[in-house]
Amino acid sequence: MKTNRWTDCGNWILDRFPLTKFWNEHMAHYYAPKNFNFWYFFGSLALLVLVNQFVTGILLTMNYKPDAKLAFDSVEYIMREVNWGWLIRYMHSTGASAFFIVIYLHMFRGLLYGSFKQPRELIWIFGMLLFVALMAEAFMGYLLPWGQMSYWGAQVIISLFSAIPVVGEELSLWIRGDYVVSDATLNRFFAFHVIAVPLVLVLLVLLHIIALHEVGSNNPDGIDIKKNKDANGIPLDGIPFHPYYTVKDLVGFAVFMFFFAVVIFYMPEMGGFFLEHANFIPADPLKTPEHIAPVWYFTPFYAILRAVPDKFAGVIAMGGSIVVLFLLPWLDRSKVRSIRYRGGIYKKALLLFVISFIGLGYLGTQPATPGATAVARVLTAVYFGFFLLMPIYTRWEKTKPVPDRLTEQPSLEDRIPDFVETFNEVTIKTEGKSGLFSRKLNYQGLSAVSIRFLKKIKGSLD
Amino acid sequence: MKRLLNTLILLSLPFGVFAGGGVELQRADFDLSDKDSLQRGAKHFVTYCLGCHSAKHIRYLRIALDFDIEKDKVLKDIAPEGANIYDKMNSAMNAHDAEKWFGIMPPDLSLISRSRGPDWLYSYLKGFYSDSTKPLGVNNVVFPDVGMPNVLWQLQGEQKPVFKKVGGQQVIDKLVTEIPGQLPEQDFDRMINDLVNFLVYVGEPGQLERRSMGKYVLFFIFMIFILAYLLKREYWKDIH
Repeated sequence: MKTNRWTDCGNWILDRFPLTKFWNEHMAHYYAPKNFNFWYFFGSLALLVLVNQFVTGILLTMNYKPDAKLAFDSVEYIMREVNWGWLIRYMHSTGASAFFIVIYLHMFRGLLYGSFKQPRELIWIFGMLLFVALMAEAFMGYLLPWGQMSYWGAQVIISLFSAIPVVGEELSLWIRGDYVVSDATLNRFFAFHVIAVPLVLVLLVLLHIIALHEVGSNNPDGIDIKKNKDANGIPLDGIPFHPYYTVKDLVGFAVFMFFFAVVIFYMPEMGGFFLEHANFIPADPLKTPEHIAPVWYFTPFYAILRAVPDKFAGVIAMGGSIVVLFLLPWLDRSKVRSIRYRGGIYKKALLLFVISFIGLGYLGTQPATPGATAVARVLTAVYFGFFLLMPIYTRWEKTKPVPDRLTEQPSLEDRIPDFVETFNEVTIKTEGKSGLFSRKLNYQGLSAVSIRFLKKIKGSLD
Repeated sequence: MKRLLNTLILLSLPFGVFAGGGVELQRADFDLSDKDSLQRGAKHFVTYCLGCHSAKHIRYLRIALDFDIEKDKVLKDIAPEGANIYDKMNSAMNAHDAEKWFGIMPPDLSLISRSRGPDWLYSYLKGFYSDSTKPLGVNNVVFPDVGMPNVLWQLQGEQKPVFKKVGGQQVIDKLVTEIPGQLPEQDFDRMINDLVNFLVYVGEPGQLERRSMGKYVLFFIFMIFILAYLLKREYWKDIH
């Protein structure tokens, strides 16, 4: 074979570095189940958001000043005077929220299809450690703009450590480096946010992926695809990750980036959820805001904290709400992985859990009125009930028979005729006008379709 | 299951009741693409606000560029005397004097529209009323016990509150003009809207550029989506 200088050069490296092996192991010869659905986009999307946070974060540090006197103004300097600074900053601030949306959906996928169950317990543990590291990263990053919410949010959360008996006061002092959140706190949070925690995140991502590729990916059917192999030892229901899932994930990237760009260019504050209004006021240690609320992604846990009357018990409950997630692989005693073959009780429990998580998230953004606290207590009980009662209700659940091979679900394209039919059913044609606007709502059809839909939901819960 | 859902719905009902309280905000009517309005707002800001409040994150140069007006015109019509085109909108008042006179340094207004919102600013600027129990003789419907005098009182006139009883408590229903000011109400409203418009602009000078750019970015990403989708379909043809 004729070789040129470039391939010689490439071969020189390949002779000395296992790049081919690495590529094959994790991409070209990594066999993933062929039936990944919508929920399986969020792993690669999390990686995309991580890269986005790294790139925009590095650019931000070039103009940001981690100094209590300069921090707030330096962010505004980036927003106004640095070329494209506003875009970089919004990509970073929106990226933080996007990260949590993606991660929450990624974790929910695990709950749906039992991805945490044997033999993937360690993947789940690494994932949970990633989640904790991500929360630390987000919490410390939120102090850096040095707005009122940055300051008082950090003050509230750090003071939680002081609730720990005996060592609490000393511990919170040690974390802050001062008696109140101050320049010392800002500097150390900056160091953690840009160096320490990102290193941990990268390491954990590697561990997460290596552990995944060792046992292989789960799938919406929760079946072990390695049980059915062809003559060459390749799973019959598996396809190489590259090129099949690389091209598929590109589609996911494009869809995600579309929504991401909508937020960045049209609603970067997201109505005060992604950038809180009070954070446009510089931090003032002498003026406590009336209502201190963390950013939306912490509010479920914040609501649990407030739901418990005693401060220390509240801290324990908040910590417990994270710790209990780590235990999930051992709490779930069901024989099947996927929700498709689980009994009705798990489906109902999961639905209640989702309601409680969203409900707590909403309540965490609101002032704690007696009514709201009462609801938060009920939802906290539901949250913990989902996990702590799991060993009981999953052990005796009536599971459905699991097929040997992956099942085929109709794809979005296949369902287009159904959508058209439903649209025709809920609307009727009116005379005169043409196009889409010529149709108006048909209430009879609408009620028929909604009843059918509700019945379907009810049926799918059994 | 059903009973539980019903309970949840019932429990969530009281929240609507808690949401109220205070006087409802009036809606500001502003248009960031209206450069005349922005220019008038900037002038009002320098005339009535800059004496005490700075807007230190914006330069006169940026105003000239964003409003499409000559630099000299900005210096002559908008900026206070002696200002340089590269200057930021700094206030002449220093913190020491301010604390002596008002007890507090009046806040910088660069980001006030982002922390308070345009409707609040509009309602605040129109919400002063006579209250002889306060040191400055005025109070505000959306900012009770406000420490700022009504600097626009000559233009607006003086307002007094009309009370109504809600649950045994006296609450302000609305404000009525007691002594008319120099400006007719319509002109005054327009002036406040211009001011709010300018403050919203100052909150994020790049926001018009940001919004106008968005559609091209979205179009580009949509094109990538179509390409990626076709690529995926081509590759996945043989997977069944």
